[in-house]
Amino acid sequence: MFGLDKRDTTLLLIVTVLTMFAPFILNPFPTDSGLAQFNAGYPDLMQRFVIFGIFAIGFNILFGLTGYLSFGHAAFLGVGSYSAVWMFKLLSMNVIPAILLSVIIAGLFALVIGYVSLRRSGIYFSILTLAFAQMSFSLAYSVLTPVTNGETGLQLALDDPRILGASATADGSIPVTSLFGLEMRSTYSMAVGPWDFQFNVGYYLCALVLIAAFYVAIRIFRSPFGMMLRAVKSNQQRMNYTGLNSKPYTLAAFVISGMYAGLAGGLMASMDPLAGAERMQWTASGEVVLMTILGGAGTLIGPVLGAGFIKYFENIFSKINDNVLHGWFSFLPDGIEDFLVFVIHPFIGKGWHLTLGILFMLVVIYLPGGLVEGGQRVVGWLSRRKSAQSRQSETNPAE
Amino acid sequence: MDAFLLQILNGLDKGSAYALIALGLTLIFGTLGVVNFAHGALFMIGAFCAVTLQKLLSLSFEMVDPEKTDFLGNPLKVKTPYVEAWFGPEVGGTIIEWSVPFAILFAIPIMVAVGFIMERGLIKHFYKRPHADQILVTFGLAIVLQEVIKYFYGANPIPTPAPDALNGVANLGAIIGMDIIYPVWRIVYFFFACVIIAAVFAFLQFTTFGMVVRAGMADRETVGLLGINIDRRFTIMFGVAAAVAGLAGVMYTPINSPNYHMGMDFLVLSFVVVVVGGMGSLPGAVIAGFVLGILESFASMEWAISLIPGINQIIIYLVAIIILLVRPRGLMGRKGVMED
Repeated sequence: MFGLDKRDTTLLLIVTVLTMFAPFILNPFPTDSGLAQFNAGYPDLMQRFVIFGIFAIGFNILFGLTGYLSFGHAAFLGVGSYSAVWMFKLLSMNVIPAILLSVIIAGLFALVIGYVSLRRSGIYFSILTLAFAQMSFSLAYSVLTPVTNGETGLQLALDDPRILGASATADGSIPVTSLFGLEMRSTYSMAVGPWDFQFNVGYYLCALVLIAAFYVAIRIFRSPFGMMLRAVKSNQQRMNYTGLNSKPYTLAAFVISGMYAGLAGGLMASMDPLAGAERMQWTASGEVVLMTILGGAGTLIGPVLGAGFIKYFENIFSKINDNVLHGWFSFLPDGIEDFLVFVIHPFIGKGWHLTLGILFMLVVIYLPGGLVEGGQRVVGWLSRRKSAQSRQSETNPAE
Repeated sequence: MDAFLLQILNGLDKGSAYALIALGLTLIFGTLGVVNFAHGALFMIGAFCAVTLQKLLSLSFEMVDPEKTDFLGNPLKVKTPYVEAWFGPEVGGTIIEWSVPFAILFAIPIMVAVGFIMERGLIKHFYKRPHADQILVTFGLAIVLQEVIKYFYGANPIPTPAPDALNGVANLGAIIGMDIIYPVWRIVYFFFACVIIAAVFAFLQFTTFGMVVRAGMADRETVGLLGINIDRRFTIMFGVAAAVAGLAGVMYTPINSPNYHMGMDFLVLSFVVVVVGGMGSLPGAVIAGFVLGILESFASMEWAISLIPGINQIIIYLVAIIILLVRPRGLMGRKGVMED
């Protein structure tokens, strides 16, 4: 289907089903049960899953295929957000032109930065991208304040021109982002018994974009172009010896992944029309690196899994507090209960980053292929055991 | 002219911090070939050694003082630090006041131990892995260390003053007939940095141990074949590098109150410094540290900002980009070391 082989079609279908039915899948617990806090099926969080999924897919096209580790990708996300908000301010509240502009601007930005940074490889490339991102971050905070509104962040205002739309709605408030009149924030909730499923327009727009982005990524992975990028990763020197200039290929990969980041930034601004410089900080770049590695760099589904995993646990872990823990362990004797809560306390709530850091180290040390490799190992281990069992039960013919 | 000299001085204290951190980074890279993203965290841990010592010294007990009363006539509770009770208020008070310089002694064993544990426990396993993996795992370690400190000390900066005697300002220009008022502690910091740098260089240059380490940096395999346990010496050098970063942090506390993310802020810049100076070149790292510190402070002068707005924010990155493109091995990098 769509020029994909059977395996990739299955993968695409899995992603489609997961994203389309996310409001159900992420909402398995009834709202009145104690486990309702593990539900992630509300619009804001689901949007974040999908947007960061797109960001990580884009990052993976660069890092997973070419092996160039960029520490400055958040800059493209930030640039995308700013251009989208400007589009809302100047043109109209329709998200289509905003997203288009953010992709284009981020692409141009990536072209310039990539052209310079890709003259070096290895750690120098990482440091160059880091330097560029920090530069953009500092500039956005200071000199570019007329464009970025400095520390406050770029926001919509009542006196924005909005040539194709209204500056203000009839009742005098700032209009909301929409797709040809379909408001991004409008949510339909469906109550089935004790469950409450929420279907958000913005989420479904993001989900459709994610599926499209995923499809494009599959095509890139399977194309001759993707093969070339993999060759760059495995041995760039040999590529050069064969008389091939690999730079246009890596630059193209860099620009594509920058455009993905810009797309994510544009979507982020479309869901919530504000943009701040902190989105460009290098810790934000580090986050997308974490997502990609955790899920599995170089695999198709890995980055999406990683993004979902990190954003889910960020949300859930930050919400758990000591009272919740006491509730869980209440069946234990008091002393043990208090001790367990005391031990777990540093890792939950505000300590989520500690858990994340430890998890990340463990993954890099023991499982460089990320969650995907972990899954494969488990499957491999199970099937090997099964085959070993079946071999035992076989009766070998006597010689 | 006054302003000019003042900017150089301003650059020197930041430059000292860059130089010290970059020196440690280069030591680790030159010996072990590892890119240590957790080096900023070591700087931060050093700073928190000073905080800890100050807290320990000011541990106090409460006592009801019958002679003093509050405005209602009730006897007043007086807090007395243990140190003052043991050594008398005079000596005890001085000890507490001088806690930051004392923290140097306190920090050295801690930092060396932290360095050993880091190298033996984690980084040892990453020699054979690609640089990207080394960056990633030390980046994860930096997050963990940072969060542990945040858990114990909170997210707010903790003011750690210098001793009163060194806390004022001095008129440095008096000697040459000019008016340059400058905080004393920053001058102390600069000289401290010079002493540390000189000590590290002397250690490498004039001791047998240092000679072996230098030989190992040049050709690890041959040194190993000569029957020298080069790994152990490199581990010790990692401890030294950690101690250098930690001491830079200890002495930096009065200049900037330490908080848990100070390491990350310095790390990015120190990496840039290492790259500008040349990967694996110790003098390069030191010189680039001071040069970039001074350049940064010149760029924040008014004429520079009016010439190119925002130049003070980006000058270091700009220099790094130009250097990397024009002379990829850095100012003093050796030919063929990490040049691609």
